[in-house]
Amino acid sequence: MRNHYSAWSLLRGALTGHRHWSPAWPEAKPKPAYDVIVVGGGGHGLATAYYLAKNHRITNVAVLERGWIGGGNTGRNTTIVRSNYLYPESSRLYDFSLKLYEGLSAELNFNIMLSQRGLVLLAHSRHDLDAMSRWANAMRMNGIDADLLSREEVASLVPGLDMSPGARVPVLGGFTQRRAGTARHDAVAWGYARAASQLGVDIIQNCEVTGFTQQAGHVVGVETNLGSIRAGRVGIAAAGHSSVLAGLAGFRLPVTSYGLQALVSEPLKPLLDTVVLSPGTGAYLSQSDKGELVIGAMLDLFPSYAQRGSFAITQSILAGVLALFPAYARLKMLRQWAGIVDVVHDSSPIIGRTPVPGLYINCGWGTGGFKGIPVGGWTLAHALATGENHPLAEPFQLERFQTGRLVDEAAASGIAH
Amino acid sequence: MMRIPCIVCGLRDENEFTCGGTSHLVRPAIDASDRDWAEYLFFRDNPKGLHHERWRHTQGCGQWFNLVRHTLTHEILTVYAMTESPPR
Repeated sequence: MRNHYSAWSLLRGALTGHRHWSPAWPEAKPKPAYDVIVVGGGGHGLATAYYLAKNHRITNVAVLERGWIGGGNTGRNTTIVRSNYLYPESSRLYDFSLKLYEGLSAELNFNIMLSQRGLVLLAHSRHDLDAMSRWANAMRMNGIDADLLSREEVASLVPGLDMSPGARVPVLGGFTQRRAGTARHDAVAWGYARAASQLGVDIIQNCEVTGFTQQAGHVVGVETNLGSIRAGRVGIAAAGHSSVLAGLAGFRLPVTSYGLQALVSEPLKPLLDTVVLSPGTGAYLSQSDKGELVIGAMLDLFPSYAQRGSFAITQSILAGVLALFPAYARLKMLRQWAGIVDVVHDSSPIIGRTPVPGLYINCGWGTGGFKGIPVGGWTLAHALATGENHPLAEPFQLERFQTGRLVDEAAASGIAH
Repeated sequence: MMRIPCIVCGLRDENEFTCGGTSHLVRPAIDASDRDWAEYLFFRDNPKGLHHERWRHTQGCGQWFNLVRHTLTHEILTVYAMTESPPR
């Protein structure tokens, strides 16, 4: 029996030397066959397994992870959750995700440290002001909270911004989504893994898929470094490596993989209690509970599978941050890295069937995968369980690249593509 | 930072350049099917490995040229002109 996490169990531990804790989930070895195999043990894959068990009572499920749980993009993002998208289709999708995040700590019995500290987008020009009015109004029309901010309101929400007359990047106003914020990304992976495992899912690390077993054109299993495993259906949730897996199954995706980098500073006393995004400079930042400034950058705009990010972009992003916050000039950066993101032309995800029967995919989240974890798992689980698209995912099928019905969220994705 | 060998100017820093994506895509005929247009416009091999791609020395001579570059190591193997066919 796993531990139930509560104040009571902490207290009990305090009185008994904390010797009653057991591992959050057990190590699993692959069985010869499963009803469903999910390839990719990041947030999306683990959430898929959890919702397969929880919503659809399919518990004979394995999650196969090439490295370790949450060691890819789930552990490499800037932990921001928000639903400030432009079109009704995306608003429905991302707000469903944010609402799941709002109840996730209680649902998973795992503190994901959701902090709805609000997101402030900065307008640096008349044109930014106009575009943000349109954007905030579109959100409100879609039933999502958004408030336009005056210059003075931005200054009071974001101390330290250069609001002087000679500012290199003047701030004229902006808008906020107050329900947006941050969540601890590792906890999201671990919480889903623990909850899925409690429902009977096998979580198998260090298991790399090297091929798909097909019979009469149907996927009936996977080949791995730990041997062949049969499966009723297979789902892929592999972010930047989606094309590699699709290649093994014999089809192509409308995806290009880019490095998206982030960096964190040395810890500081509390000075920034919101998430700031400046589309004009490409910089976005927040302060973690440890006090580090977590800084995100624009894409390294050339195809890459290297999880490090180029120095040219590091330079330009730090220049952007310093133009906004001159007082940060003497901060030291502690760590820098990149995640490999799966960018599609309309910056919207792909969740559903692939051209190969029996094989389903959740990819294309590009620079915004973390906020989509709950809904990505929810909708891929639906497709794997029923063979049908979830209504929320209906507009986000591969066919849209053929019909031309793209959901172009290039601007709302927040990062220049 | 990558150092990229411009076909005219020689070795320069990455931030002088713009990547133009995959090289040698062949535009389909005007009456091609929706599927063929989608393949041409959106679908890519996106290899983890050697990639033939176009770059432009935007902040230098302005010339476009082709590279063969490894997408994991970023090692650049070959540089060749826009009109040349890919090296074997």
